[in-house]
Amino acid sequence: MPVYYYIVLAIALFSIGVIGVLTRRNAIIIFMCIELMLNAVNLLLVAFSKMHNLATVAINPTAASDAQIFVFFIMVVAAAEVTVGLAIIVMLYRNTHSVDVNFLNRLKN
Amino acid sequence: MNNVLQIVWLIPILPLIGFLINGLGRKQLSKTLTGIIGSGVILGSFLISLFVFFNVKSGNTHVAHYFNFINTESIKVGFDLQIDQLSSLFLLIITGVGFLIHVYSTSYMHEEESKDFAKYFSYLNLFVFSMLLLVMGGNYIIMFIGWEGVGLCSYLLIGFWFTNNNYNDAAKKAFVMNRIGDLGFLLAVFWLISKTGTADYHEVFANVSKLSTFDITGITLLLFVGATGKSAQIPLYTWLPDAMAGPTPVSALIHAATMVTAGIYMIARSNILFTMAPFTQCVITIIGLATAVLAATIALKQNDIKKVLAYSTVSQLGYMFVGLGVGAYTGAVFHVMTHAFFKALLFLGAGSVIHAMGGEQDMRNMGGLKKYMSITHITFLIGCIAIAGMPPFSGFFSKDEILAEAFAKNPVYWGVGVLTAFMTAFYMFRLYAMTFTGKFRGTHDQEHHLHESPVAITIPLVILAILAIIGGWVGVPEALMHGGHRLEAFLEPIFTGSNAIAAKHELTHSTEYTLMAVSVVGALMALLYAWNKFSKYEKSTAEETGLGKVLENKWYVDELYDAIIVKPLQSIAAFFNNVVEKKGIDGFVNGVGKAVNYGSRQIRLLQSGQVSAYVLMMVIGILVLFIIQLFFIK
Repeated sequence: MPVYYYIVLAIALFSIGVIGVLTRRNAIIIFMCIELMLNAVNLLLVAFSKMHNLATVAINPTAASDAQIFVFFIMVVAAAEVTVGLAIIVMLYRNTHSVDVNFLNRLKN
Repeated sequence: MNNVLQIVWLIPILPLIGFLINGLGRKQLSKTLTGIIGSGVILGSFLISLFVFFNVKSGNTHVAHYFNFINTESIKVGFDLQIDQLSSLFLLIITGVGFLIHVYSTSYMHEEESKDFAKYFSYLNLFVFSMLLLVMGGNYIIMFIGWEGVGLCSYLLIGFWFTNNNYNDAAKKAFVMNRIGDLGFLLAVFWLISKTGTADYHEVFANVSKLSTFDITGITLLLFVGATGKSAQIPLYTWLPDAMAGPTPVSALIHAATMVTAGIYMIARSNILFTMAPFTQCVITIIGLATAVLAATIALKQNDIKKVLAYSTVSQLGYMFVGLGVGAYTGAVFHVMTHAFFKALLFLGAGSVIHAMGGEQDMRNMGGLKKYMSITHITFLIGCIAIAGMPPFSGFFSKDEILAEAFAKNPVYWGVGVLTAFMTAFYMFRLYAMTFTGKFRGTHDQEHHLHESPVAITIPLVILAILAIIGGWVGVPEALMHGGHRLEAFLEPIFTGSNAIAAKHELTHSTEYTLMAVSVVGALMALLYAWNKFSKYEKSTAEETGLGKVLENKWYVDELYDAIIVKPLQSIAAFFNNVVEKKGIDGFVNGVGKAVNYGSRQIRLLQSGQVSAYVLMMVIGILVLFIIQLFFIK
């Protein structure tokens, strides 16, 4: 499978994420879209790492796995970020009974 | 360097010390102590000046060099004090008359608060210091320091009662008018330095041949502009009468005896330059005559006792300039000396009268004071006779010397001068008669308050009166006494160069007798007429008409200056203030502020707080970066 397919898929995912963030007003959906973008990048990272290290992987399966370690890190950070984000959203919801970001454009409420 | 005249630095330093003590300790010192310090330092200077004078008389002149004041490649100006016949004579006048006026002030200013009293004395001392520096300086730069110093002190002293706005205006007027003159003086000094490369008197006068006629004429004219400012000549004379706003002793010291003679001193000091510039001499003579006549006519109709004296000073200064203009340098210096005596006496006498009248200066409310103030009356009468030019009083000798020299140059000059002399006699005796004879015209309270002034006031009056009588005897003309003109012999070394160049007009003795007779008889008649007329003076409420009104309003010169100089300047200033400043500069500066303000208000709208909008911008930014990356960066 050429790496080209992976790139197209990643672009599609990323674009969906961007458009989602730009157009949706529900905070939770926006979060999901951010995750989409992150994962599109993760996918690319792994794909490129495989592509560059094809020769070494054939000899030693655990070689050149730094990209994959990156990916794990990104996942951990994203999880932490979501935790914080969701906590904020929950607090906001308690205060305003809404998760509409346009409604939340001022912090004075 | 072992010359005894090395000690001359003490002369100006003593008043400076007095200024510092009185100025810094004005809150602690008592009035008595202030008076003693203030007068004592001047007395010290006077004693040293006497010593110096006798040294000079025995032929010991000296330029004391202390340190380099300005030291560059192209010009060196030393801090030099020059002691010769001219400066030692002036030193005696300044410190002597100055000391008497200091003593007088201790009594006259006694009603001031202790703090102000000390301030007054410190200013007086500073003034004397500046004047001494002016006279002793060995080059034009040191002279200029003193020149500016007296200008400053006159401002401080005229505006001494600064709570009164009119007095402040008078002080400002004196200061500004003097600045105009100072500019001329300064330009002349620059011109001299650029042509001769030095400002030392000795070297300048030795190198006078280096200068072209044009240079010399320009320099002397500019110097004369400086002199018109300080010595109150047309066109810069109007400050002096207004300067009577200051305390009376100040008027006596500054506006009669010292500062106004600075211009005369300067021209006498630079006599060689002026002798080589006949055009300038002609200008000086004409200006001097015009000033003398104009001021004398104004004095005829003034009712304020100090104003009359002020205009009389301006008029007498005009005489001195006539003397300088016709080359009678000795006569001019002689007149400075005698004028210092009798004008200080007259001012102090007037001060004594004002003191007794409780601050009243209007002669229409005086009269008959001779009953109450005998010493003031006698001394004042002596002063009036001296200034009117009656022999054997001092004014006669100096005035007639100038008049005789003027006649030798051009009889028209003499005619105008003699006419002024008649007017002088007339207005002085109008003043005398209105003040001291007849019956008292003031209020009852004032009459009750009349008294002879205390001893600190009368003693200076008596001493000055004696000087006003005998001061002229050092310059008895050849026609009356062979070898009688001791002053001329004394000043000879100063004017050697000029006398060598100038064509001497010798008058026959019979001509001189005629001139003297004419001026004396004319003045006597004017004097008696005025005495007679104004002894019977009655207060009238009638307005002056015609010429009298013009004279009372001083020929409307102040109004003229107002119309042609002050008003246009003010309107230009108003234009700059309202249009250029408010609209132009302020508009630009505020415009920048407004633009930033407006821009920030517009940019604020971008911060809507909507996350999606931010992200959209971010995305657009990224896209733009991509496009740049792809298409523009190769």
